[in-house]
Amino acid sequence: MPKPHDMGGEPNDEPIDQSDHQKMDWEMRADALHQVLGQKGIRRTDEMRRAMESLDPDLYRSLSYYERWTAALELLMVEKGFLTSDEIDRKVTQLNQGAN
Amino acid sequence: MSESHDGEHVHPESGEELSLYARRAQAIEALLVEKGVCSTGEVDRMMNMVESRSPSDGAKVVAHAWSDPEFKARLLADPRSALTEIGYSLPDTTPHLAVVENTEQVHHMVVCTLCSCYPRALLGRPPDWYKSFAYRSRAVVDPRGVMREFGLELADSVEVQVLDSTADLRYLVLPRRPTGTENLSEAELAKLVSRDCMIGVTDPHVPEGVAAS
Amino acid sequence: MAQSNKYRTGDQVKVRVDSPSHHYRTPTYIQGKTGVVVAICGRYRNPESLGHGGDGMPEQLLYRVAFAQNSVWDRYQGPSGDKILVDIYEHWLDPVGV
Repeated sequence: MPKPHDMGGEPNDEPIDQSDHQKMDWEMRADALHQVLGQKGIRRTDEMRRAMESLDPDLYRSLSYYERWTAALELLMVEKGFLTSDEIDRKVTQLNQGAN
Repeated sequence: MSESHDGEHVHPESGEELSLYARRAQAIEALLVEKGVCSTGEVDRMMNMVESRSPSDGAKVVAHAWSDPEFKARLLADPRSALTEIGYSLPDTTPHLAVVENTEQVHHMVVCTLCSCYPRALLGRPPDWYKSFAYRSRAVVDPRGVMREFGLELADSVEVQVLDSTADLRYLVLPRRPTGTENLSEAELAKLVSRDCMIGVTDPHVPEGVAAS
Repeated sequence: MAQSNKYRTGDQVKVRVDSPSHHYRTPTYIQGKTGVVVAICGRYRNPESLGHGGDGMPEQLLYRVAFAQNSVWDRYQGPSGDKILVDIYEHWLDPVGV
């Protein structure tokens, strides 16, 4: 049973949507954060790939590109002991309050 | 929307609702900064560096290879050292690059079916379509159909070679130099080289009046 | 150091069929297919170890293998000369016709 990322040759009749969406600020920061952590040797490309592949198949297919990156990065940061999910939840609440 | 490119990005107004994952991404960055794992300045600088890379880098390399056959031979044989010659020194952490040449007989097209491997050092961030499930699924089994959508109809006598960059190499396609461009300067040639033709889904486009008849 | 390549360009190889629970980089669609080595891309640390925090050693030789499209897909529509090229690590390849 192939994992959700392994999609070469999968039946798909969709035309290729050639338009490019405007990058949101958070997407560009998420992209840059990944590269910074990579340079520091904190996360490797293959670890990121493995974390993304481990996402629930429905979730993998429903998230946008940088959402997948974010889900995978959270998995890795928790696994490596840099962060806890509780800590991230609390920070999310704090950021949401700050924005209102 | 179709006019947008990678250089533009959106700052949501304060108070505007951000998606769940956008918030989580911000929370992760904020916490990593608080803990001293990385700094905001490092992320800012990286963001600027990523933004500074664009397909115009790849286009300059292609135009130079078209203009200088000896450079082209070196570029195909050892991309890293050939690029250093012309001022693109890739950091050691950059994934290895391979350059494949399109000819009258063979046309290459690149995909990453498993994720989104892409020669970012020369082309910048990949376009959305390159990362789309439609492209990742279809490119390997229906490359000619995909190219047709990008406006390229290849004769059956041309052998299509799809490259699935599954591992440690990132592929750049060296497109065929269009006929009638013998008198163009390198800078003029570079303008003909689109991002998409360096991925191999199309060929360079020569506007009316540019090529000598 | 003088570890030799198991395959040379021009050799026929068959891709192993496997779906290990760990991370790997051999797409399902190419597994079980027979192709020809067209390039030897060098030695790289093994992603199956790197993906799980390992050191990636021993390094694996990486081959670029060409497959006839109509041998990979029953439904391939293009001419018989069309090919798909996939980068595959040595431990995923078996010899053919030896």
